[in-house]
Amino acid sequence: MFRTQYDSDISIYSPEGRLYQIEYAMQAVAQGSTALGLKSKTHAVVVTLMRSSDELSSHQRKIFKVDGHMGIAISGLTADARVLLKFMRNETLHHKFVYGSDLPTGEVVSSLAMKSQRNTQRWGRRPYGVGLLVIGYDGGKTHLYQTSPSGNCFSYYAQAIGSRSQSARTYLEKNFKEFPELGLEELVLHGVKALKESSGKETLTKLNVGIAVVGKEQKFEILKPNKVQTYLDQILQTEGEIEIENENENEKDQEAETLELKLD
Amino acid sequence: METYLGEKQQASQWSPYINNGGSCLAVAGDDFAVIASDTRMSLGYSIKTRYSTKYLKITEKCSIVSSGMQADIFTLHKVLKSRAQIYEQKHGKPMSTDAVAKLVSRLLYYRRFFPYYTFNIVAGIDDEGVGCVFSYDAIGTLERVKYSASGSGSSLIEPVLDNQVALKNRNDIKKEDFKLTKEYAIDLVKDAITSAGERDIYTGDFVEISVIDINGTHEEKFELRFD
Repeated sequence: MFRTQYDSDISIYSPEGRLYQIEYAMQAVAQGSTALGLKSKTHAVVVTLMRSSDELSSHQRKIFKVDGHMGIAISGLTADARVLLKFMRNETLHHKFVYGSDLPTGEVVSSLAMKSQRNTQRWGRRPYGVGLLVIGYDGGKTHLYQTSPSGNCFSYYAQAIGSRSQSARTYLEKNFKEFPELGLEELVLHGVKALKESSGKETLTKLNVGIAVVGKEQKFEILKPNKVQTYLDQILQTEGEIEIENENENEKDQEAETLELKLD
Repeated sequence: METYLGEKQQASQWSPYINNGGSCLAVAGDDFAVIASDTRMSLGYSIKTRYSTKYLKITEKCSIVSSGMQADIFTLHKVLKSRAQIYEQKHGKPMSTDAVAKLVSRLLYYRRFFPYYTFNIVAGIDDEGVGCVFSYDAIGTLERVKYSASGSGSSLIEPVLDNQVALKNRNDIKKEDFKLTKEYAIDLVKDAITSAGERDIYTGDFVEISVIDINGTHEEKFELRFD
């Protein structure tokens, strides 16, 4: 209601007690393509949809390694993400150098939140226009955090950010109760299925889907495209199977044959 | 302080350096490198610990061993490990062996006026897949060689390597007829450091040996004399 009057500077509250600049920054996050994360007791996974601006360009990377036990998926202004990534890498490396151990994910996220908040209360600075999903494994536990331009950070069982993320979030909300006991393969499959919900008209290929995993006896690793393809194939196969189940019993074999031809 | 006889009596000066002993060596072949170090840490005529590592794997293609003062070895290795990670994050790929060698040289020279009391050997596979060994002095003088030994047992090991790898002072075999195979090099390194352990009191306990080739690094540990 008072938007245009109270949104010109970060240091101005609206009469409703809102800081519109922060909310606009969060809009920047919502404009980025989908990134989602989910975790089990032993592994944490991020899955992202990588956009490319046109056929000639490469797909924009959205997953970055912070340290052996921690990584991030971003949504929003990539340039801002790079600054935060550098900060996180510095913090984790410094901790490793001084204390000889992995910096707990929660601690680096807290530092990040403090850093983000500073930009919401300083003249001449603007909030970082990027949301991060941080996954990590330390202290024998998996972690998934979301940070936002406002400086808030929360821990999640599963979360999706970016454009059309609501569909992915709905899928995750439906299925998250079974995540804790799952193995890595099934967890990644859920992630890819959730991504499919938000992919809209875009077909998922090994070039535009990014997957990274971390967990017990698993260092943070961004999966190679061929490995990503195996998960995409499994999704395709499952869909094929669902189609068969819905068909008439008598025509089952005929349909299966036809399907095989289609997949070729 | 002078006595009446004109002698100078020297008060003992505190030194920031001590030597914890130990031996290191490395040998390079056409497509591999072997690097080894013992693990004994001594002080004077005592053993401080039988296992204190002098070896650090920096990348899959490059490792370093250092002898000298354990505190400086530990710190230098810490710094190197961090620098290797920073490089990998910045450039998206691990450091090449040549880059590591140069970096070690620079890190050492940076402390030109209060050196790391370390005698380092870097070994690995270069960009062409050829084995390489780099040896240093305490302030970073860098030389690429085919083999090198450092530490308290170096004067026992180096002549053996001269004779067996460079074929110096040998009348029984010609250079053209000799090929340094991986098995030969591993056995030679094992024998050389074992022999050093026989005579050098500061070398013993365990040996960490590692073989670097195009497939990566293979690490092994074996025992030496405990006396």
